Parts: sequence; structure tokens; C-alpha cells
Amino acid sequence: MLDASAPQQHPMPNAPGVGYKPQHFQDILADAGPVKWLEVHAENYMGQGGRPLAQLRHLAETFPISCHGVGLSIGSEGDLDADHLARLKHLVDWLNPALFSEHLAWSSHNSHFLNDLLPLPYTEETLATVARHIDQVQETVGRQMLLENPSTYLAFDQSDISEIDFLAEVTRRTGCGLLLDVNNVFVSAINQQTDPRAYIDAYPLASVGEIHLGGHDADHDEAGAPLLIDSHGAEIVDPVWALYAYTIAKSGPRPTLIEWDNNLPDWSTLAAEATRAKTALAEVA
Amino acid sequence: MSNVGQLEFSEAILDPTSEVPMGLSNPDGRPAQKRFDVYRNNVILSLLDAMATGFPVVKKLLGDDFFRAMTLEFVRANPPSSPLMMHFGTALPNFLEGFEPAQKLGFLPDIARIEIAMRESYHAADAEPVSGDLLQTTPPDQLMEMQFKLAPSVRMLRSRWPIYSIWLANQEPAGPTPEPGGQAVLITRPEFDPWPNLLPAGAATLVMAIENGATFGNAIEQTTEKVPHFDLSQTLALLLQAKALCPFKKETP
Repeated sequence: MLDASAPQQHPMPNAPGVGYKPQHFQDILADAGPVKWLEVHAENYMGQGGRPLAQLRHLAETFPISCHGVGLSIGSEGDLDADHLARLKHLVDWLNPALFSEHLAWSSHNSHFLNDLLPLPYTEETLATVARHIDQVQETVGRQMLLENPSTYLAFDQSDISEIDFLAEVTRRTGCGLLLDVNNVFVSAINQQTDPRAYIDAYPLASVGEIHLGGHDADHDEAGAPLLIDSHGAEIVDPVWALYAYTIAKSGPRPTLIEWDNNLPDWSTLAAEATRAKTALAEVA
Repeated sequence: MSNVGQLEFSEAILDPTSEVPMGLSNPDGRPAQKRFDVYRNNVILSLLDAMATGFPVVKKLLGDDFFRAMTLEFVRANPPSSPLMMHFGTALPNFLEGFEPAQKLGFLPDIARIEIAMRESYHAADAEPVSGDLLQTTPPDQLMEMQFKLAPSVRMLRSRWPIYSIWLANQEPAGPTPEPGGQAVLITRPEFDPWPNLLPAGAATLVMAIENGATFGNAIEQTTEKVPHFDLSQTLALLLQAKALCPFKKETP
């Protein structure tokens, strides 16, 4: 590690941020424009040194940072990976981020890591497991975690709790906050043929510490029903912007991330998406 | 009603010929098929992408289609064992050694080893190197008694193939066409960008001796015993310019 002391933490503003990609390092330093904070995938900064950590340390001097884990597998049936949890604690101690989040999903089983956010059924059993894992994470890392709602493509017959009741009960049991991914809400609602606004109406908005917006791809299933696929590889579509406006009109402004991980655009395209979020936030401020 | 466990789910994801687990449904209530395939595709494509990013020279040597077919077989048999995707693919060299369709390219496993070592070097710990003017500032007899550590970002590979030349010939702009014969490569990271250096005769022996804790004088002795025409000044210049040597601290294990 470059420096043992944690950097000073900048508080997270109710403003647009972007998922940080090294390709944009110089652009961000030259003129970040509407982008007021950055989110990093924790796993990309779990090396011992070199450019990734040097860049992150440099950016953290100027920008509030959100540390977003993508590999802890909180929804695992089995125990959390203790080594990985220790790495996460080490990174969070070193970085001192303004926000720290993970997913309602699983990605590891036994010794295999599948590098995707896989779905879990919503039952009393999985609720107990997820709550136990979040307790363990928050106790180990020593701070509150935000839990992100997933994009889902199918339903588990065994689910007998709604996703919203599941999330609300997890926050009640663990004291964790929520990361509301509005694109995931839209994708899941279209895929499950439910009403995305009804989801927002029922969602525990008071627990939301951060919002995600991102792009998706459109397809159909074998019966011709619409099938949206969360891709983080395109511009945010108008119906998702409308759902976002609907959400923040109810919740008030929140830190809002433009999430673009694949088919990376140039900085001006990303900054334009952030400007759109800034405009929407100004309307509810 | 079927309960779908994560073992069943993960096995079905990695085996494209397997049935979709029972208990997963479309909104119309029928058993999921294409909707499950979204997860299959996401997993496999993300792993194929990681391989293409991690092994650009292997990919170039095999061509896009061959590389894709090979990595598809590889990732299904060797899914990641850790969430640290920066280290995914370390099993590829051994896999390639047993991969019949690529047997004509005997050097391929060692090229994969270079690419793994480059990634390890990229993420390795930072360290303060010894001063570049060490030779000017240290009396020779004192220098001969000194021990050094290799920087954490240094990796060495010895091959019976001309791996450095093959690697260089597949960069942009391309290096000259490789000549037959084995080569030793030292990957160094002077600041943030790892780079392979071709080691002159004997240099690998010197580096190994330093790594094993020999004094500098003893390391030179070991090397000249094996390689009488060893060119010390050339090797030392390389090691110092590439910031490959760090001060030896006894308390460091």
C-alpha cells in the first residue's frame, strides 16, 4: 500500500457521480464538469500497489468516493469468503470512502466464482442468511453498508416474500441502508411484467443512500415477452430517466451514479449523462 | 414445487448442455429457458472478456476464433476460484500444455506465463529501489558485500523458446521476426507499466542468486562460474535502470 494513513473523507453530495474507469483519469482531472463524486469496484483495487491504487489515492484527495463491492456474494447459501471480507476491510480502512455498498445477489459457490450477480429466492430462509451476512460485513468493516436491488430475468417458484418486503426487513434487522438501482427496478419490472412505479411507491425510500442509473439491452424470451438485460453498456433510456424523476420527486435528491462499465464511451458522453442527472436533481432540490 | 439450490444453479450455468433447473419461471408461469440463458451468457461472456483482456498476445497468436473456442473450453473447466479477476487465468499455461489443437505452438504456454507475470507485476506492491548511481556512490569492496532484494514487481521467466522475441513481434509496432533459441525474460516495472527485458547470458543466474540472498560479490562468482563471458556491466545497467533492485532489509522475511 502506498500510505498507511486513511485519506480525509469528503462527504457525499446529492449530486451526480460516475463509475470510475482508468481511461477517463486525465479527463476527470482536467475538468470533471457535473461529476462531483466517483464510484469504484472494490475488487479492482485489491492489488498490492501500482497504478490502480496510486490513481485512486490521487482521486480520493479531490472527490468523494463510493466503494462498490461486486464479489462478496452476500446471497451465498454458505459462509462468506473470510479472505475476501478481510480484503474488503483492508481497502475500506485504507480508502475511507464516503459510501460502501454491495449487492443482493450471489456469485460464489464452493470454490467457484462466477463473476456475475446471480439471483436468489425471497424466502424466510434466504432472508435470515442475507441478514446474517450483512451483520458480519458491517461488524467486520466497521461501517454501514448499502444493499443494491438486483436486475432479475426470471422468478423462483419458491419465493414467498416480495423483493420490497425482503429489502425492508433486511434493513430493519441489520441497520443497513439501500442502494436503489432505478435501471434494475425498470428491467426487473418489465421482465416480471409488473409496474415499476408501484415498486417505487412501495419501496422504503427513507433508507436510500445512493441511486444507480445505467443502460440496458432489449430482447425477447421464447414466448415473445420482453426481456431486458442489464448491460451497463449504453445510454440510459428515457423511461428510466422518467422513473428516476418519479423516484427523486418522492425521496428528495440523492447521490446519483451513472453506471457505464462496458463499451466505454468518451468522457463527454458520460458527462452529458451526468448533466441530465444534475438537471433532474435540481428540480427536486 | 422445486427449491433451486446454488450448486444446481451454478452447475447448470457452466454446462450449456444441462437442463435449466426446475423451479425457475417466466412471468407466464412456464419453466424458464431463455431467461436462464441470460445468466449463462453473462457468466461465460464476462469470463471470455477477462481472458481476452488478460492474454492479448496469446489471442493474437491464435487468432480471434481459435482463441474464443479455446478459452470457452478453458473457462468452463477452470472457472475463477476467487473474486479477484485481476488474477484470473493462472491455470491457462498448464491447460495449453495439454490442449491438443495448439500443440504446434509449443511456445504458447510460456507466452501465457509472460502475460500472467505482467499482470502480477502491474498490481504488485510499490517499493523504493536502490539509487541509480549506486556504482558511483559505493566503494567496490563494500558493494561486493551488499545484499539486495528484487522489487516486488519483478518477475523472471526462462524458456527454451525465444519468448521475448515472440512477445515483441506481436506488439504494435512489431519487433523483428524471432530467431530460434531459448530466452530469459525479466519483467520489471520502473513506475507503473510492466515491461519484459531480454536478459543477456548469465543474467538469470545472477538474478536468482540475488533473490536467494547471496551477497553481490558471491552472486557474481556463482554467475561467472557458469557463464565465463558474463557481461556484468550490461546486466547491472539493466537492473538499475529498470529499478529492479531494492535495499535488503534483514527484518523483512
